[in-house]
Order: sequence, then structure tokens, then C-alpha cells
Amino acid sequence: MKRIYMDYAATTPTHEEVVAAMQPYYNNIFGNPSSLHFFGREARKAVDEARLKVANFLNAKPEEIVFTSGGTEADNFALKGIAFTNRERGNHVITTKIEHHAVLESAQFLETQGFEVTYLDVDTNGLVNPEDVKNALTPQTTLVSVMHANNEVGTIQPIEEIAKIITDFNHEHSRSVYFHTDAVQTAGALNIDVQKLGVGLLSISAHKFYGPKGVGALFIKKGTRIKPFMHGGGQERRRRGSTENVPGIMGFGKAVEIVMKERENWVKHLEPLRNKLIEGILNIIPDSMLNGHPQKRLPNNINVTIKYVEGESMLLNLDLEGIACSTGSACSSGSLEPSHVLRALGRTHSESHGSLRFTLGRHSTKEDVADVLGVLPKIVTRLREMSPLYKKK
Amino acid sequence: MEPYTDKVVEHFKNPRNVGEIEDADGIGHIGSEVCGDIMDLYIKVKNNVLVDVKYKTYGCGAAIASGSMLTELIKGKTIDDVLKVTNKRVVEALGGLPGPKVHCSVLAEDALKSALNDYYLKTTGKGLPGFKPRSEHSHDEK
Repeated sequence: MKRIYMDYAATTPTHEEVVAAMQPYYNNIFGNPSSLHFFGREARKAVDEARLKVANFLNAKPEEIVFTSGGTEADNFALKGIAFTNRERGNHVITTKIEHHAVLESAQFLETQGFEVTYLDVDTNGLVNPEDVKNALTPQTTLVSVMHANNEVGTIQPIEEIAKIITDFNHEHSRSVYFHTDAVQTAGALNIDVQKLGVGLLSISAHKFYGPKGVGALFIKKGTRIKPFMHGGGQERRRRGSTENVPGIMGFGKAVEIVMKERENWVKHLEPLRNKLIEGILNIIPDSMLNGHPQKRLPNNINVTIKYVEGESMLLNLDLEGIACSTGSACSSGSLEPSHVLRALGRTHSESHGSLRFTLGRHSTKEDVADVLGVLPKIVTRLREMSPLYKKK
Repeated sequence: MEPYTDKVVEHFKNPRNVGEIEDADGIGHIGSEVCGDIMDLYIKVKNNVLVDVKYKTYGCGAAIASGSMLTELIKGKTIDDVLKVTNKRVVEALGGLPGPKVHCSVLAEDALKSALNDYYLKTTGKGLPGFKPRSEHSHDEK
């Protein structure tokens, strides 16, 4: 059976060049970068080179990059690290209702530790209003965390505007509120320049852009007050103990190199495919609607609600046809609540249960899009025929 | 979450007895849009036997398969036999359900009880003995 992968936001296939770049670091150049001998030195040299690549990718300094086990760890580090380290300055954190669980559940954990957290609303397209950030800032605030683009609906946030509000607030009130953004979804699609964005902390993850799983980074601007996340070694300038994942870091370095070279081409390839799939679904399937911002959205993200049917049953039917996607329905996750993101956008429970997300990547083709548009309407018709919610018009 | 059994997938692909019965003797309606699963069950009863059964569902793969399996377990059976059908029987017949999906089999059992209750109300004026109509399904809105 022909298999069509449309879940690139979940993970991407590791690029062949990335795999090749990692290979020597398993058994040939295997030293521990902390060792003083030749084997250690050559591993350290490699890690330093990769760190420089990732720093260049973000327009940061190498010493501002902390390698982590991925995006989740980077988010945990940012939220807990800043909140606990700066507790004597204040106990208030601002974030949004549509963050990834790595941020949301870290924030909820902080609440159990006596911190106060403000969860900002978003509009029906999933946009945070920078004015809301302004109004939420208090003399107790130490951290604002707003994701760069949402993983479910693809809405791209006005990070630069929010950064400016925080900078102004800091100047006016002689404060040092830190600004973190989770850029896990954006690295393969948007230019990520920490200077231009104006953020003090930023999370990325390699496997979202053709790098290996199990490696990511947290950018921490020089001068940031943050205590180590993992104790037990002097690695990462004492900020994260643990022997470096050398092959992973080498793959990460190669992946950012490829992204810098290819990103524009990918976007040119993806946007027309995305638009075709969105328009196709909305035109062919009655009672369907787009979730997320129509323009300010990731070039590879399609998220639609198809009314009167439940997402997991569509997903499974698509899977039987060889098409892989995801859904915000509660039934897919094993939890009972549908997507918190769709709910925050104002979608009803059933509209959230009836959502499908297709995320495209560099291997996606026009034919793939045409196949989905051929198969999905039939699935929807069949499921609607057995749905008590659907009354034929 | 663990994957579905082949039996679940098979029923999900080809659900049995889908539809409505216009002159049904009992109709069960269970679930809500909030939970993401709804099941309607229609039964036709002759001489204490469920001569015809149809169902409709809005729900996930497990809900569709549970409803389908339920209709197979009860169609052509006497009411006495049908009363013994529980969600556990549905799960067993499906070769198991992943933990978070067991509530879908409860949905099926509740739809059956609700349809029988409706039948009893219509024929005897009293509901199914011991039947407590649940306003909400096994998980409520938070």
C-alpha cells in the first residue's frame, strides 16, 4: 500500500546527510568530551563545532546554547529554571492557554509550588494580543513564555511585538522580566533570529526539522539568572550535567546547516500544497472549517474541523487508506478532554473532537494532497451517515 | 495507547447493523457531544425476542466497534439473554479494548439498557427494573 505521511509536526524522517554526519560518532569518535585525552578532545572539538552551527542558526553566541534532550526538556528548564532562580524577585509567570504541554504542565507544576501563573487567552484564530501581555505584567512577574508558532493550528505569534512590550516594561520599572519562546515548531519553517525576535530564552528540537530524536537546545541569553537544571557534572557550562549526546548533537548541527540552506525552498514547496489542501477540504466537504489563522500560519499546517464526525474515527479510516495525520479529539490521546488549543480558540467540544491536522514536509507531493482530497470526503460521508448528530439537509 | 485488536479494526471497518428502525419498539440514546461519543440504539421486539437491532454512533473507532459488536451480541436473542449482556461481554468479544477506551463499551451497554428501558416503559408503563437513567455518560464535563 502507498503510505502518505502527513504528520511532520509530530516528527520528521531524519535526513540522510544527518544520519551520515552522526555515524562516525558512535564507534569511531566515541570519546567523552569531558575527558582530557585525545579521544575526549576530538569529541569535544566536534561538539564545539556543532554548538557554533546551532548558535549561528539562532544568531546567538555558542556559550548561549545549552544542549538538552529535546524540546520538552528545554521548556521545562526555561520555566522552572527562571521561576525558581528568580523567586525572590517575584512569583508570577505569564504564559498562554495554547502552549505545548511541556510549557503548560511546567506552569501548572509551578502553581503547586506557590507560584502564580496567568494563562492568556487567544483570539478565534489563535493569536495572542500583545496588549494582554502588557496588562498581565505585574511587579511580581519574572517570566513570560509565549510559543513562536502553535503545534496544532500553526498560528504564528507576534513575538517581536511582545518582546518590545516586555523590554519597555523592564526599562520603565527597572525590572528584568525574562521572555521565553517555544520555537520547536518553527525552526524548519521560519527564520529564527533571537536578536530580531528579542527573546531571552528559546527552545528548539532537532527531530522536528529532519534531525535526530532526543536532542534539542535551550538558548539562554548571556547574563540570564538561571540555576542548573540537572546536577551531576560540569557539562554545558555547568547548566546541564550529563555526558553529551555526541552523535545527536552532531546530527543536530548538520540539520540546522541543511535548514539554513533549504528553508526557503521548502517554504516555496509547502505553501502551495498547504493552500491546495485547505481549499480542497473546505470546498469539497460541507460543514468543514479551518482552525488557526488563515494567513499567519506555518507553511506546512492544515487543521480543519469536520462537523458531525469524530476525529479519531476519521484518523483511523485515513490510516486504513495509508494516510497518516493527527487529531485534537480526546479519543485519540486516551484523555477525555479534547484539544486545549482548539477549546482556547473558542471551538466547541464537538468541533474540537472533529478536528484533523495534516502537517506536510519536504517529501510531500501534489499527488499526496490529491490522494487525501480523493479519500477524505468518502470517509466523511460514510461516518456522517452513521452519526446521530448529522441530519441530511 | 496500545493499538486496537484486529477484531476492533474489522468491526470499525465494516460496522454491522448501522441505521435506524422507524417503528422501533425501544430507542436508547446515550452520551453527549461534550464527551465526544453518542450512541443511538433501536430495537424491534417480537415475542420477547430482539428481531431487529440498529445503531448509530458519533464517536471514535472503539465506540463504532463496540456498538457494532453489541448489535451482533443481541440480535435474535431473547430479552432474558440480552439482559445478561454487559460491557465486559462486548470487550471480550472484541478481543479487548485499550484501557482509556473501555468507557466506549460502557456506552454500548448503557445504550442497550436505555433502549430496553424505553421498551418496558412503552409496553408495561414501568421502566427496566433496576435501571437508573444516567444523565451523563461515564465521564462528565469538567
